[in-house]
Amino acid sequence: MYTLEILARRLRLGSQTMAYPRGPAPSLPDRHGGALRLDSARCTPGCTACADVCPTAAIQVGATTVLDQGRCLFCGACHEQCGTGAIQPTGDHRLAVRHLADLRIGGDYGAELRRAEAMGSELRSLLGRSLKLRQVSAGGCNACEADLNVLGTIGWDLGRFGIQFVASPRHADGLVLTGPVTDNMRLGLEKTWAAIPGPKIAIAVGACALSGGPYGSQTAGLHGAPGTDIPFDLYIAGCPPHPLTILEGILRLLGKVPGIDT
Amino acid sequence: MTNVRALLCNPAAIAWDAVPCRPVADLVSETAAALQTGARLCAWFGVPDGANTVLVAVLAFDAQHQVGIARSEPHRGPLPSLTAQHPQAQAFEREVFEQYGLEPLGHPWLKPLRRVTGADGGPIAFYSLGGGEVHEVAVGPVHAGIIEPGHFRFQCEGELVRNLEIALGYQHRGAEAAFLAAPPAARWPLIETLAGDTSIGHGLAYAGVQEALGGFQAPPRAQYLRAYALELERLANHTGDLGALANDVAFAPTSAVCGKVRGDFLNLTALLCGNRFGRHWLRAGGVRWDLAGDRLRDSVERLHAALADVESAARWLWASGSVRARFDVTGTLSGEIAAQLGLVGPAARASGRTTDVRADHPWGAYAEMPVAPQVDRHGDVAARAAVRRLEIHETSDFLARLLHNLPDGPLLGEPATLPADHLAVALVEGWRGQICHVGLTGRAGQWRHYKVVDPSFLNWPGLAMALRDQAISDFPLCNKSFNLSYCGHDL
Repeated sequence: MYTLEILARRLRLGSQTMAYPRGPAPSLPDRHGGALRLDSARCTPGCTACADVCPTAAIQVGATTVLDQGRCLFCGACHEQCGTGAIQPTGDHRLAVRHLADLRIGGDYGAELRRAEAMGSELRSLLGRSLKLRQVSAGGCNACEADLNVLGTIGWDLGRFGIQFVASPRHADGLVLTGPVTDNMRLGLEKTWAAIPGPKIAIAVGACALSGGPYGSQTAGLHGAPGTDIPFDLYIAGCPPHPLTILEGILRLLGKVPGIDT
Repeated sequence: MTNVRALLCNPAAIAWDAVPCRPVADLVSETAAALQTGARLCAWFGVPDGANTVLVAVLAFDAQHQVGIARSEPHRGPLPSLTAQHPQAQAFEREVFEQYGLEPLGHPWLKPLRRVTGADGGPIAFYSLGGGEVHEVAVGPVHAGIIEPGHFRFQCEGELVRNLEIALGYQHRGAEAAFLAAPPAARWPLIETLAGDTSIGHGLAYAGVQEALGGFQAPPRAQYLRAYALELERLANHTGDLGALANDVAFAPTSAVCGKVRGDFLNLTALLCGNRFGRHWLRAGGVRWDLAGDRLRDSVERLHAALADVESAARWLWASGSVRARFDVTGTLSGEIAAQLGLVGPAARASGRTTDVRADHPWGAYAEMPVAPQVDRHGDVAARAAVRRLEIHETSDFLARLLHNLPDGPLLGEPATLPADHLAVALVEGWRGQICHVGLTGRAGQWRHYKVVDPSFLNWPGLAMALRDQAISDFPLCNKSFNLSYCGHDL
């Protein structure tokens, strides 16, 4: 009888939800690399090896080398090419920022990104314990979407934080954008944002939404969130960002990650 | 047959001059004749040639394990429609018309394929029904979940859907044009995001095209590891689909387990290459990283555990009478209609079609270790679920053999440069079905044209037909049973 089998298995398994954020974060796969670190002082003058292999022109070599993790797909080609160890993967899953420029590293930007701070106390008191989000995919390839969906499964259990993806913008406190924003989805995105009652927040997830990603080149010419009029509160980098990266980003914004300023 | 098209084995390249060239009306009639004898249309697309367009036909002859290629003389203006006799050409002809203005005379429904407004910027009319009980339901482009956008227009009579029209194009990013204009380093990420849940499938097709053109093959170990990655992609998505189907009939135990185990398969891909979707790992001529030592042992162990979890969750699904009551005889698609529409993948095999690129046109590890197509004849939601479960079993057996026989050796060969004025075709059986890539080089060996046919391009009309005379409340379940890609269609 399958009902008994289900119950027996259920008892054997216990809770499948991870301890994070009360316990330690699960580690990223070793070949993932996580956030990058760029120590421009170690660059060889005139060297463009990293920029030459970057698929999204995320690296600009001028007086100093600057890497924009908002454009980065984390393919590893740059640090594979770098002969001096100027660019290195840190293995750190935290890749969420409040401003796009905070994802830039190297030169005056410093060696590492400036991670997101929590939103203001008024918004936190309104949304901190119950945050309903409407997701709009505007040219997303279904990888960011898939890893947002994963947060609803038993291992991640987004619901325990009072966060839920809802079926109508009228029920939502915020928008989550994925994709580079295609011409054909511009209107749908604008209408969805307009239909969400304020106060509301906006979150951009993935390289496409942050910069157009692979579609940010001149020919495709799609630029994601920066090409819209929506005021975004949080940007989460990756292609796609690991589910842990997305969760950590949203929790940071809500002031629910231990150790960040609330 | 051989004098009207070149017959090749998958993947294969041929000089552009050697592709049989026919007047456009002859290309249409000869293609129609081949489809009449059971060939499948893998691709039908235009290549700009000055002010004209050259049409290219790619056909699969499954029983002969061959791919046929032919092209038309440069042409502009109208031409006879292939769709009038063979519905499987309908989207191809709409695409050619939209892109190059070649009007297929006699096409029954020549609407834009990816444009969401008419030429004047106004709305595009939908097929509609009259009658007192008839009402229309419009859904999308933004849907009620975390899902890609598209528009569904239902013509209902009471609760029953009499016609469903699916209007896509919202996801159109211009991927093919961006590919042609992209510098070399930027091409792989475009390919790997054509349909992001099929990064390995599309990546393999792209690798196949380049390797056929360059006349080289990836080393044996790389071929085997590629098959491992392609099958992990299948396992993750089939498992996710079984869970999503369970969720749509409110059967929580299977939904909960499959949702988690899907992630276990994605994590196995991440163990291989760092990315849960298998990105940045494939290269022309091989792969970037190995699976060996502790990493291999760990993978095998985790694979066994995940497969056992899926099987027990699937068993509960099939043992539940209430699940069967919702799955059985819901969204039935006959084998005849599946054949007419040229459906591919599990959706075709659930309607009794045996087509599977891994068996019919195998290359790489599949040429050495055969995979048997998994078929069900009922054509309903239950059959589409059953085929996924059977394929999980088949893949499990395949991977056991594959990982036990991993050849030693290098991972990446030196890729040759691409020859000038050549065309190559590669077919890959992705988890949704046949992926077809066609690449054409120009005079300097640069990319002149690149055509992608995602399985969803052929399968969306299957969903529309499955909804005929179904209760509209069963749409989500039917939709999940196909689980098609929007961006793969829209490109």
